[in-house]
Amino acid sequence: MTQYDELTEFLLRLGDSALIQAQRLCEWTGRAPAIEEEMGMMNVGLDLVGQARNWYEYAAERINDGTDADVLAFRRDERAFRNLLLVEQPNGDFAVTMTKQFFYDAWQFHLLTILKDAKDERISAIATKSLKEVIYHLRRSSQWVERLGDGTDESHQRMEKAIDAVWRFTVELVEKNAAEMALAESGDIPSLAELPEQWLATVNKVFAKATLTVPDAPSTFYLSARTGMHTEYLGILLAEMQFLQRAYPDASW
Amino acid sequence: MYAQQVETGVKAVKSLAEMGPEERAFQEKIDAEIKIEAKNWMPDNYRKTLIRQISQHAHSEIVGMLPEGNWVTRAPTLKRKLQLMAKIQDEAGHGLYLYSAMETLGADRDEEIEKLHSGRAKYSSIFNYPTLNWADMGAVGWLVDGAAIVNQVVLQRTSYGPYSRAMIRICKEESFHQRQGYEILLHMMRHGTQAQKDMVQDAINRLWWPSLMMFGPSDAESPNSAQSMAWKIKRHTNDELRQRFIDQTVPQLEILGCTAPDPDLKWNEERGHYDFGEIQWEEFYEVLKGNGPCNRERLETRRNAIQDGAWVREAAVAHANKKQKQQAAA
Repeated sequence: MTQYDELTEFLLRLGDSALIQAQRLCEWTGRAPAIEEEMGMMNVGLDLVGQARNWYEYAAERINDGTDADVLAFRRDERAFRNLLLVEQPNGDFAVTMTKQFFYDAWQFHLLTILKDAKDERISAIATKSLKEVIYHLRRSSQWVERLGDGTDESHQRMEKAIDAVWRFTVELVEKNAAEMALAESGDIPSLAELPEQWLATVNKVFAKATLTVPDAPSTFYLSARTGMHTEYLGILLAEMQFLQRAYPDASW
Repeated sequence: MYAQQVETGVKAVKSLAEMGPEERAFQEKIDAEIKIEAKNWMPDNYRKTLIRQISQHAHSEIVGMLPEGNWVTRAPTLKRKLQLMAKIQDEAGHGLYLYSAMETLGADRDEEIEKLHSGRAKYSSIFNYPTLNWADMGAVGWLVDGAAIVNQVVLQRTSYGPYSRAMIRICKEESFHQRQGYEILLHMMRHGTQAQKDMVQDAINRLWWPSLMMFGPSDAESPNSAQSMAWKIKRHTNDELRQRFIDQTVPQLEILGCTAPDPDLKWNEERGHYDFGEIQWEEFYEVLKGNGPCNRERLETRRNAIQDGAWVREAAVAHANKKQKQQAAA
């Protein structure tokens, strides 16, 4: 299994997370609770595939062995994917989907806000462009969390169940990581030291409005996207997403 | 054409002399190509026919997302994925836009959707066919959107103002989808492997006849055409539009290097049009009756979407009410 340099791994973490989150949104096509939400989910999904492509293109340049964004997206196995475990979790009901979206959006928002000031111009440019989109994503998912949390008894219960189902995967959003600290020290990216508190503050704020309880600090072991130790859901997702590229390796689409 | 066999509720078209003063003024406006607007007087049957036609069209946009949803999770490259997602998003937008145009006639979106779900309203028969390989995403764009455009371009001049304006906007996006669909196929034919070329021909073989059926039965079998034409809800007959579609599509088919599954398809110098074989109308009527290959699944998916999402919509309403009360109290 190929391990790339730390900055490339970091770019893949961003690109893979965006792509897998978008793939889950695609699964909602024709099944959303309202036509407005069909549009909303596709809209967010489109932004995320676009972001994934930008991160992949930069990663591909760094890898510099003839790979490209499509090869990175469609020809790697699950152990090579660096996406957050959170985004590969199944959609469940609209509450699970929106809870995942919100946790992810809040993470993206704070991370991209930090990265837009990166010295690396490529990272700064992609982060700046993506952030404009993510501000809207976070507003939308925050509003839904609030509506569903503080809506009816049923919607509140569904939200509590949803949070319970995915909370443990948020550990990856708040953990401090040695590789990223090293990247910050060498000046490749700005320091991400503040990110965990910022993410948690956003969750606290929105959950308070939504009358939802923030669980205790999450913990997990063994599983980690950084080493490609995914849940079983990712393999199936990739089997579907990568089908054509895998079945017809010589094809041009 | 996303609306097929729309009932007008009228047995014979009246002449101006047979009409009362209001109806005569209405018909004279139409004859003079003046648009009818939401607040203008209109015959009851004109209103009902338009509601049926526009809602069918809106339902078709929404149901039409499902065959694409079958492949959007399997699109082969990031570019193709983005294109297909954008197309699906456009279709949801068209659905909303059309439901709004329909609501200007006093119809209710939820009620009309309920008619769809209970099988009392129709949507385009084409979406009851399965999409079985990636080339279907190209062929649907090229043939299905292509057939829809032939109809919709004419509907830009339809007599009802809000519908006409919706068509103008929708046509722009549809022609983009059609070019994109064709480009998917052209790329596979020019740069693809034999397996990919086979996919393209297979997709055309399956979707060719159902696309021709989209224009509805031949003029002799269309009892509602005359009234719809007099009202300028419809501006050309089914056969005229079908012929126009075939004439513009066959040269594109030849550029692809593919064939149509019709041995009788050939240029008729004398007519200046392509001749084509007999359409199997029994199949069309079976699909309309609900017996097509995917009717059951398509409707079930839509019903489930609305049923499974009921708690979400209820929560949104409950939350909005709470907010309103809080604001009133503050």
